[in-house]
Amino acid sequence: MTQIDTTEPTRPESIRAVPVRHPGRWVSGAVILVLTAMFVHMLFTNKQLDWSTFRHFFFDGGILKGLVATLELTVIAMAIGIVGGIVLALMRLSSNPLMSSAAWLYIWFFRGTPVLVQLIFWFNIKSLMGDVSLGVPFGPVFITWDVNSLVTTFVAAILGLGLNEAAYMSEIVRAGILSVDEGQTEASQALGMRRLQIMRRVVLPQAMRVIIPPTGNETISMLKTTSLASTVAFTELLKAGEDIFNANYKTIPLLIVVSVWYIIVTSVLSVGQYYLERHYGRGSSRALPPTPLQRLRRNLTTFHVKPPAVREGSA
Amino acid sequence: MTENAPASDVMVKAEGIHKLFGRLHILRGIDLEVRSGQVMCVIGPSGSGKSTFLRCINHLEKIDSGRLWVDGHLVGYRQRGDKLHEMRESEVAAQRRDIGMVFQRFNLFPHMTALQNIMEAPIRVKGESRQVVRERALKLLDRVGLSEKVDSYPSQLSGGQQQRVAIARALAMEPKLMLFDEPTSALDPELVGDVLDVMRQLAVDGMTMVVVTHEMGFAREVGDSLVFMDEGVVVEEGDPREVLTDPQHRRTQDFLSKVL
Repeated sequence: MTQIDTTEPTRPESIRAVPVRHPGRWVSGAVILVLTAMFVHMLFTNKQLDWSTFRHFFFDGGILKGLVATLELTVIAMAIGIVGGIVLALMRLSSNPLMSSAAWLYIWFFRGTPVLVQLIFWFNIKSLMGDVSLGVPFGPVFITWDVNSLVTTFVAAILGLGLNEAAYMSEIVRAGILSVDEGQTEASQALGMRRLQIMRRVVLPQAMRVIIPPTGNETISMLKTTSLASTVAFTELLKAGEDIFNANYKTIPLLIVVSVWYIIVTSVLSVGQYYLERHYGRGSSRALPPTPLQRLRRNLTTFHVKPPAVREGSA
Repeated sequence: MTENAPASDVMVKAEGIHKLFGRLHILRGIDLEVRSGQVMCVIGPSGSGKSTFLRCINHLEKIDSGRLWVDGHLVGYRQRGDKLHEMRESEVAAQRRDIGMVFQRFNLFPHMTALQNIMEAPIRVKGESRQVVRERALKLLDRVGLSEKVDSYPSQLSGGQQQRVAIARALAMEPKLMLFDEPTSALDPELVGDVLDVMRQLAVDGMTMVVVTHEMGFAREVGDSLVFMDEGVVVEEGDPREVLTDPQHRRTQDFLSKVL
């Protein structure tokens, strides 16, 4: 038996070498610095930007209402997209040929036409169908609604965005489901689990790791795509801004107000996505990735104990 | 057909099993019987159909011809008069509850801890109470020597530990029959022993087992019978000690001379 040396081993001397020079970094740094300076200068001196108008309208009631409408539209359309996407993905993967072709047809149609066209289509649905009625197909009718009272601009926007999103989400969900090792399904089957149980308890939770990142992208993309609803007279964030600058002609400041709100919300969504990914990543790697706060704290602490050899060499 | 139904102490009875994958005729008429409490080891070169046969026993693969009984019941089919009816998915699932299976690649659920892996099926499939299942799962983890790994995720366990959790997961369903599909083939050599120890103890406790394996030592020591398969047929079957030391068939001799 060899004795294990428990005393701290003496640390070997670090290599002291002249590090590689990076002249390209200095050049590119200088260029970027000059461009940044020019941009900042423009921000402060260009009269067209009109920051007082920006400040005045940033928390304007109409803008905030539009922001809420945009958020509602995003959440509801994404919810329809995700639920519809899961259903469509399960249909496409189903062994029932009718189911899978129906799903294929849906995806083919909704991915094949621009979402703007679909939105305008839903907005004009009245000219296609006068009334909607509930009853026996080709038989007696029980209740009838006027389509315009059913499909308001809000509903038209939700339908247009949500149904289109479902087609894209289904491909994401399908890719996620297919990414799960077949052995997982076999092991579950061998334990006597049923198809739905296997999907819900074993396959989907693992597929989530693949599904979440693109879904985050889709959500962020959806937030911005809702601006298309302004074309069908639905007052969301962009339309709210347009309404104001159509009255006071301060186009640029209001577009900046709108843009800054979009950026704020997408940033918040990105943070949410990070934590969701972290949650569904459990078990896939030995240790969970650190949260940004943990990373910041660790960077700050390791910063102090950096070996001094590096600095000496570059001095 | 009913007159061929197996005697009551026969756990698995296979009669003229054929299986084709497309044009590949992988099983070419397998006849076998495993009695309750017996350990049958199946050996043979890769591609001989031994894993496929094992997967037929719990209907992970559908057989194309022949009859297969587990504990006196036809697998995957119901007999009405002289007609066979395919079972519905839920009925097949119900049949599988009583048959545990351990895979070469473990197939633990990576998003669940060791304990959750074991508790999942008894709760979801058998509808047992969480408390009862939890106690049984902890006992099983102790039995496979992993009571300290209760809250570990599979990725935090070694291959040998994962396989022992997989065995505990199968045992948690309190099966009548355990199927092992090359349980030690994916393991580092020094981890094989722990898994074989667990299986050996299981055999001592009277579990009926069908083990596809390359571990000749295990087959000799624990097996009640040894089956040598090649090209989709059973070439030789008998007492493991006799088959291993004095194989009667040419192909068995060739195979054993290569692996022993």
